[in-house]
Amino acid sequence: MVTYIARRILYSIPVLLATSFLSFAFITKSSDPLANLRANPRTNSPGILKHLAHVYHLDQSLPIRYWYWLQDVFVHKLGQSLLTSQAIWPDISVAIEHTLQIVLLAQVIALVLGVAVGIYSAIRQYSIFDYTFTSLSFLGYAMPTFWLALILQIAFTDIYLHWHVRIFYTSGLNSGVTSSTWSIDRLQHIALPVITLTVVSFALYSRYMRATMLDVINSDYVRTARAKGVPERMVIFRHVVRNALIPIVTVSALQFGALLGGAIVTETIFTLDGMGYFFITRLQTNDVYSVMAYVMIVAITVILFNLIADILYGFLDPRIRYD
Amino acid sequence: MTEPSTPLQVEPPPQIIDGRPIAVDVAVSAAAEGMDLTARSQWSYARRRFLRHRLAMIGLVGLIIVFGAGALANVVAPYTFDQIDLTNVLHSPTTAGHHYFGTDEIGRDYLSRTIYGIRTSEQVGLTVAVVSTFFGLFIGAIAGYYRGWVDNVIMRVTDLILTLPVLVVLLTVAALLGRSSSVWTIVAILAAFFWTPIARIVRGVFLSLREKEYVEAAKAVGAGDLRIMFRHMLPNTLGPIIVNGTLAVADAIIIEAFLSFLGFGIADPTPSLGKLVFGGQSYPQDWWLTVLPGLVLVLIVVCVNFVGDGLRDALDPQQRRVRA
Repeated sequence: MVTYIARRILYSIPVLLATSFLSFAFITKSSDPLANLRANPRTNSPGILKHLAHVYHLDQSLPIRYWYWLQDVFVHKLGQSLLTSQAIWPDISVAIEHTLQIVLLAQVIALVLGVAVGIYSAIRQYSIFDYTFTSLSFLGYAMPTFWLALILQIAFTDIYLHWHVRIFYTSGLNSGVTSSTWSIDRLQHIALPVITLTVVSFALYSRYMRATMLDVINSDYVRTARAKGVPERMVIFRHVVRNALIPIVTVSALQFGALLGGAIVTETIFTLDGMGYFFITRLQTNDVYSVMAYVMIVAITVILFNLIADILYGFLDPRIRYD
Repeated sequence: MTEPSTPLQVEPPPQIIDGRPIAVDVAVSAAAEGMDLTARSQWSYARRRFLRHRLAMIGLVGLIIVFGAGALANVVAPYTFDQIDLTNVLHSPTTAGHHYFGTDEIGRDYLSRTIYGIRTSEQVGLTVAVVSTFFGLFIGAIAGYYRGWVDNVIMRVTDLILTLPVLVVLLTVAALLGRSSSVWTIVAILAAFFWTPIARIVRGVFLSLREKEYVEAAKAVGAGDLRIMFRHMLPNTLGPIIVNGTLAVADAIIIEAFLSFLGFGIADPTPSLGKLVFGGQSYPQDWWLTVLPGLVLVLIVVCVNFVGDGLRDALDPQQRRVRA
């Protein structure tokens, strides 16, 4: 197991290097970090531009620039933005914190609800409950995230405008300067994004849980358990649910990894200063190195959670052996 | 003379139109032999199964209506998409003047804009699905059949693409290609990423098929590589490809909507469903601007999924049905 993990991590290093080099080449080649300075008549002099290009290694060839960037990433915690000359890490770490809060909340709620509904739908297959939730999750799955988010935003804006009641805020993270992570004010702000993400993940989890439950319920050993007289409750919770949970663990690990990188749309709609919002705003201002920092963090997260998913799978299902 | 043990199988070159297999009627009558037996091809069985799939039929009818309206936008829409009427701004849905979807902030008829938006989304969805399916099919077939460096390169490229969420890659590319893209730029960007899963599927199937006896037999008779690949092996991979291609229509439409929504999509004034939904964000009290085009979007995606499910059940009967 340890060698397996070590090998996976070692294998992901060249993948990361290749991903970062390609993105670096692509992103730096197609945008000009000095464009703003060129546009400003006060700074648009060949001397200044040349000096700056030299300081930031913009006059070097691509591999050398990449090498300097790579050094910055390791030595100076992702380096600094070419656009603002600010260090990137403080900004992005705050963003990570915000995204983490929302994604964690949404995932926990979605998992609990999704697993419960999935189990119940499978036990009472083709009941009204099953049909209702199967169609709901189908709808939740087909619904574009941004539409759901916008409808929630519009609904709660209108509630405020009509009745002057503030149930949930529809944008931002705090109403004052700052509020602590778990204050009521913060929760009122993040409620709508959390609901949005919950609905999407819930649809996925309940569909998945129902399908795997049905798979397991129809397997031979469950029939054996029933035949030898194990009470139905025991059969379901002892034999079926425990095994049906295995794939869900993998799926949720992958989903979690994907969401950490970007609930891009949700965060943009609710102007919530998380990872996705960080990415979009930096992309819109052509802030090359910040975009690169984001790309790297997301790539690492995805690889990491893929690994976690595989390890968990092997841990939960003893038939799977890694060596 | 036909031997009773071999099923009569006249395989027509399967055509794919809109990701739907058009099975030419290939029921070969054995009446000439004096028997009243009809041997049906795989395709005619598949078609029967598909036509009897109730949800798939509902989805198909829904798609024909919505996409038909989009294709005939200049006939169906009561106004043009850019006709401004400043005396009738942000009017809620009404039958007066046929503004069934209301009007937007500069008085353009919203139903017409939605219908033209369907046309844009439809162009994107269908072209991306067709182009990426054919491309993925070709590359995947070559990789699976010849293996070697093509295979290696493709697998590594898809590995790389998999390390990043699709949306991140697409957004970066779209952002760098400029803020105002034409429909075809977006199609090119999407197709450049959509072919990879199809190539992976085809490659996987080809890897196992190339070891089959009939391929060996074809080689022994002296059939060329291309003939073996596209005449003999391809028909056996079409099931998953068609299903995947169908679902790609919905994916492409949704992702185009995402890009448009985030401001990296198709340039004004061409409406697309994603842009229409986004346009409503600034006018929260005028709910119809967001809700109605979004509903159309959901309708398209649901219908495509129904059709995809039906095709899967029809084309791949061995696969156990897990209706999730």
